[in-house]
Amino acid sequence: MGKCGPTLAPPDTVCVEIGFVMCPGPIRQRVDLWNSRTQRDCLHACTALCACHPPLPVTNMSVRSTGTLPAHLCRGAKVSSEGDLLHVVTNDNISDGRKRFGRAIIWGTAGLTLIVAVMQVMQATGQAEFGFANWRPTLYAFCTWAVALCWGQVLIRGEHGKRTLFVLPAAIFVAALTIFPLLFGLIIAFSDWNLSSPTGRKFNGLDNIRQMWTDPFYWNALWNMVLYSLAILVEYAIAFGLALLLNAEIRARKFFRVAFLLPLMLSPVAVSWMIGKSMLEARYGPLARLAKFFGVENPSFFGSPEIARATIMIMDAWTYIPFMMIMILAGLQAIPKELNEAAKVDGANGWRNFWEVTFPLMLPVSITAILIRIIFKLKLADIVINVTSGGPGGATDTVTSFIFREYRERSNVGYGTLLAFVYLVIIVIAMTLLMKIADRWTRPRT
Amino acid sequence: MTAQDLNGAQIFRDSEADRGHRAKWWTSRIAIYGVLILWAIICLFPIYWTITTSFKMAPNVMKGNMIPWVDYQPAWLGWKSLGLSPDTIGNESTVRAEFMKRFMNSVIISVTSSALAVALGSLAAYGLSRFNYRFGFMKNADISFFFLSQLILPPVVLALPFLVLYRELALLDTRVGLILLYTLSVLPIVIWIMRDQFGSIPTELEEAALVDGLSIWGAFATIILPIALPGMVAAFILSLVLTWNEYFFAALLTSTYANTLPVMVASQTGSQGISWWSMAALSFAAILPLIVIGVVLERYIIKGMAAGAVK
Repeated sequence: MGKCGPTLAPPDTVCVEIGFVMCPGPIRQRVDLWNSRTQRDCLHACTALCACHPPLPVTNMSVRSTGTLPAHLCRGAKVSSEGDLLHVVTNDNISDGRKRFGRAIIWGTAGLTLIVAVMQVMQATGQAEFGFANWRPTLYAFCTWAVALCWGQVLIRGEHGKRTLFVLPAAIFVAALTIFPLLFGLIIAFSDWNLSSPTGRKFNGLDNIRQMWTDPFYWNALWNMVLYSLAILVEYAIAFGLALLLNAEIRARKFFRVAFLLPLMLSPVAVSWMIGKSMLEARYGPLARLAKFFGVENPSFFGSPEIARATIMIMDAWTYIPFMMIMILAGLQAIPKELNEAAKVDGANGWRNFWEVTFPLMLPVSITAILIRIIFKLKLADIVINVTSGGPGGATDTVTSFIFREYRERSNVGYGTLLAFVYLVIIVIAMTLLMKIADRWTRPRT
Repeated sequence: MTAQDLNGAQIFRDSEADRGHRAKWWTSRIAIYGVLILWAIICLFPIYWTITTSFKMAPNVMKGNMIPWVDYQPAWLGWKSLGLSPDTIGNESTVRAEFMKRFMNSVIISVTSSALAVALGSLAAYGLSRFNYRFGFMKNADISFFFLSQLILPPVVLALPFLVLYRELALLDTRVGLILLYTLSVLPIVIWIMRDQFGSIPTELEEAALVDGLSIWGAFATIILPIALPGMVAAFILSLVLTWNEYFFAALLTSTYANTLPVMVASQTGSQGISWWSMAALSFAAILPLIVIGVVLERYIIKGMAAGAVK
């Protein structure tokens, strides 16, 4: 609330400041916008502004609203006033011809895409012959439509369209590359399709689901994913410890940080040779020698199922501990030093200081780090494929590596896709539950 | 109280606790550096092992020699098999040509897809941090969720549909096909990082720019982009690392023409009776660019990964 501004309004009128306009051009003065529900006499700065500069382009005036701006304030000016983001007053005079042209190119290219697609479908089903070598024409038509859609936004909606242009390309890209393959995958998932056989795709209903239900290796792979995910807790503990050390007052901090980060940079395939195949080699590998030195007879890192699984866990942990460590380190550095100092003054020793000050403060960061780590862990495949190919007896199989082998050995696309889709459903349910639980945990208790 | 008593009892002296303090400080220092050095060895030893092995010969491998020049004489054996040793570098070498082809594939694919992802992702993140959108029923929060939810999607779900689609589109075994997929897979991470970046830039900057007569895209390009550049570099480097290392899609979707370095390394590991020295040379050549990036641009990588952690 404020007293009404300059001269025009009666002195006792109470006005509400609803925002301000920065005057464009050489004047560059800030003019406050006042409004009053009861009295119309209040200064409408915007009209005053427009009055003193009749040909003023309103397009690039920046309006900051502190309330809701009445739309009639500036004639011809659109005010976006949702939320508290960036507000821009625009004055678009888009001719009808331009709008028509915009609509025409969008619908025209859409129609073109549809026609090409229908022609290709007809050729694929053998109803007509147009001489397409592959489905590229449909792809090109789709790309034309995507470009036309972006351009059309600007043509039809002017300044608003230009704003849409920030998000639209990414949205089209992601939608085209996920939604379409996912729908397509749904069809594949319920069919028997061996890519190497000439018979092509055959719809086989629920056969794949029945096969999955009785496939012990798939359930085994899912169970392995649970075990692999549980290993994250140990990784988290180690990562937290390392982050605390890096956050302490130490010399050569930069060296240690780079050294600790390096495993994350290495490609899992190279790691599976460097560690899995050479360092863990039973006869000549340095780790085997180390084990012999400590008195282990015939060390074997992939012999028994439990040890093999643990070895894969350790190799994966080796690669990804830096990731969690850096996230936790960032969290630690964001904690104000005063808090720990205050705890120290109050007589807390190091251990209590950690458990009662640092750890609770780090809970949100920790949960974010663990959730992201779980997401990455669920994709684990490269190391398993290259080191053990799932063995011994499926003990190290992840879902991804299992499906990879399923495809490589039988080239059955249908069954593999169904397994992947079931996995996706399980992941989505599990992650939603985890996020809900995490949300409840981190929410401040009242 | 006599003067002698006063002399005998020192008034100011270190208490038990204070004298214990120094010893405790030293032990804690030793423990901290001990753990740090131990972990540094754990992190660096595999890399050291790979480098040294690439200069070993068969007897050195079997004897388990570790330190070059001390317990074995380094030889160029591994690098010779790659065609990269000093005496073979001038000659024709099919292995080197193969390696260079894969290397260039990896460079082209990872750089292009990272650049594409950073461009698309930055624009989207900027838009989402500044304007209100409504695409059908989706508002800003929903659009953000739509982008970020791609992170959960495991690659295996998309892999087989893409395999079939690419076969129909004649994109199998092409660089373009891999670039598209890699861009898709790193886009959510880029948006995650960049949303954070743009969120920390005050909107007053654009307001001032708009008042000065710039369009919204002009303001973005000339004012906001330079400020957000470090964040974009971080996102780019992180994408580069992820796409360079990607193996799963590359193994499925490429065969002879477009396969990347990880696929080449993996295909060599599979063969029985591989010579350690040449595998070590190959592995090391594959990870060397990333080690360089990691050492030189460590700051950006950490910045990128820390972006989402602290809100």
